[in-house]
Amino acid sequence: MTVSRTGERTRDVAAYALRLGDDALVLSQRLCAWVTNAPTIEEDLAISNIALDLLGHARTLLAYSGELDGTGRSDDDLAYGRTERQFRNALLVELDNGDFAVTIARQLVYAQYGLLLCTALAGAGDAGLAGFGARAAKELEYHRMHAAQWTVRLGRGTAESHRRMQAGLDRVWPYAGELFEADELVERLDADGTAVAPARLRADWEREVAGVLADAGLTVPAPSWHATGGRSGLHTEAFGPLLAEFQSVRRQYPGGNW
Amino acid sequence: MTTTDASGEEGFTEHFEALLAADERIEPRDWMPDGYRRMVLRQVAQHAHSEIIGMQPEGAWLTRAPSLHRKASLLAKVQDEAGHGLYLYSAAETLGVSRAELLDALHGGTQRYAATFNHPALTWADTGAIAWLTDGAAVVNQVPLCHTSYGPYARAMRRVCQEEAFHVRQGYDVLWSLCRGTPEQQEMAQDAVNRWWLPAVALMFGPPDTTAGGADDRTAAMGAAVSRRSMAWGIKRHTNDELRQRFVDNCVPQAERLGVTLPDPAIRWNEERGHYDFGPIDWRLFREALADNSQCARQRLAHRVAAHEDGAWVREAVDAYAAGRYEEGQSA
Repeated sequence: MTVSRTGERTRDVAAYALRLGDDALVLSQRLCAWVTNAPTIEEDLAISNIALDLLGHARTLLAYSGELDGTGRSDDDLAYGRTERQFRNALLVELDNGDFAVTIARQLVYAQYGLLLCTALAGAGDAGLAGFGARAAKELEYHRMHAAQWTVRLGRGTAESHRRMQAGLDRVWPYAGELFEADELVERLDADGTAVAPARLRADWEREVAGVLADAGLTVPAPSWHATGGRSGLHTEAFGPLLAEFQSVRRQYPGGNW
Repeated sequence: MTTTDASGEEGFTEHFEALLAADERIEPRDWMPDGYRRMVLRQVAQHAHSEIIGMQPEGAWLTRAPSLHRKASLLAKVQDEAGHGLYLYSAAETLGVSRAELLDALHGGTQRYAATFNHPALTWADTGAIAWLTDGAAVVNQVPLCHTSYGPYARAMRRVCQEEAFHVRQGYDVLWSLCRGTPEQQEMAQDAVNRWWLPAVALMFGPPDTTAGGADDRTAAMGAAVSRRSMAWGIKRHTNDELRQRFVDNCVPQAERLGVTLPDPAIRWNEERGHYDFGPIDWRLFREALADNSQCARQRLAHRVAAHEDGAWVREAVDAYAAGRYEEGQSA
């Protein structure tokens, strides 16, 4: 392997880690807004716990990305120092929380995807990603259980909860496909086993979520369109306000010590 | 336990008093006087409600925390508070009321929470000041409560105290960083301490129950009567004013190390007493200030009620699902 190939691969891993880190960071930020607003105190606790896990994933991945991309940026530099167009998260995670059912639908889509991805990454050629995958998969297994159990409870609860849960699924489903998109970056990393192309996980993901929805008596949505753009920094309009809020204090005090 | 008088309580009272005298815990299945049950319930419920309402001022800063480390710490702290609320509601439930009834009482305003939280958290530094001062005051209150006479409350307090002590250090650390930051950050830290000091000193310890608390004789006498009853039953272990003094003694050297000024010019070491003197709290003025601030109180309760009402369909779904599962189990 030539030096330039090594350098290119390192930059690819940095870009890949940035995508996954941004997914976790933005979803964590959305979940933070639920705390004190959840339907029960148990859910305030569960959602804050999930948000904390995701924040941990983001910190690991962003720090790793900054270490590999040659800029030496810290996790904080990447989280607080970039602008809207520089974030690489999938659009799913920036969607407004909606009601509890929309949030649970989004959690089901993401946690099932994240669990499959991290489980696969645990065997990846890149040691940093493999270590992250092995650790994160354990937490994502709980997030998946939490979302699946709520999907079934709401699907089989009352007529209203069934209607809301189906509406939540219909709302988020057009955003699921982007998680599995292939592009040159992931194909290069997948080809030599450095990382995992999420497209490989799609069939398993579909089977798993279809199983949960069947248990819940809900219908797998068949959306007529699919969102895309997050991986190249083309976000929804909801993202600007999310990022403004996220970065506001740190940007108000330039050079601050936190 | 066979001796009873006409009211059926005599032997029970003796047993109850004997348990207290031996410094043993009263457990849910033990007989207890109605007044004791009411007093413990009132205190545990107020404590539980304070944990839940207390999540709001800090929770509002979760989305704006200025570093990922601080965001993680704050998430963990707010999560702990939800956990404390759950321990305490469980402790209250052992006295024969359901969580739903307790929440209704909070939402309807018939049970109270610590009025400290009716102050707004205006800047990031407030998260530090709240944790250092409000949680610091809570620890002073709660350490003796680990030995309170009602068993379930004492056990809940032991778990809560360990986490609260950590929160105090977290808050101190937030302020420590700000105090070593830019002049604007130092100013933000001082401003937050200015606004949270008096609420912590005054409201976290309750009304004065000795004349040392700066109260007129009549107010102090009323407070003292309540405290005496509570202490005779082993619920409280110290007067409000003793605990308040302990808190001030803790804070003064910590503030000096931080480099912030506590907003009380009367604070000075009193060699003779072996304590810091501090200015008398003008309770009348303070109550007026609180009334002026009732916009925040209304907002806290409205936030809580809205979350509860918005979540009603979810809780109904949980009940319906559980009932359906039960029926399936019966017919299987």
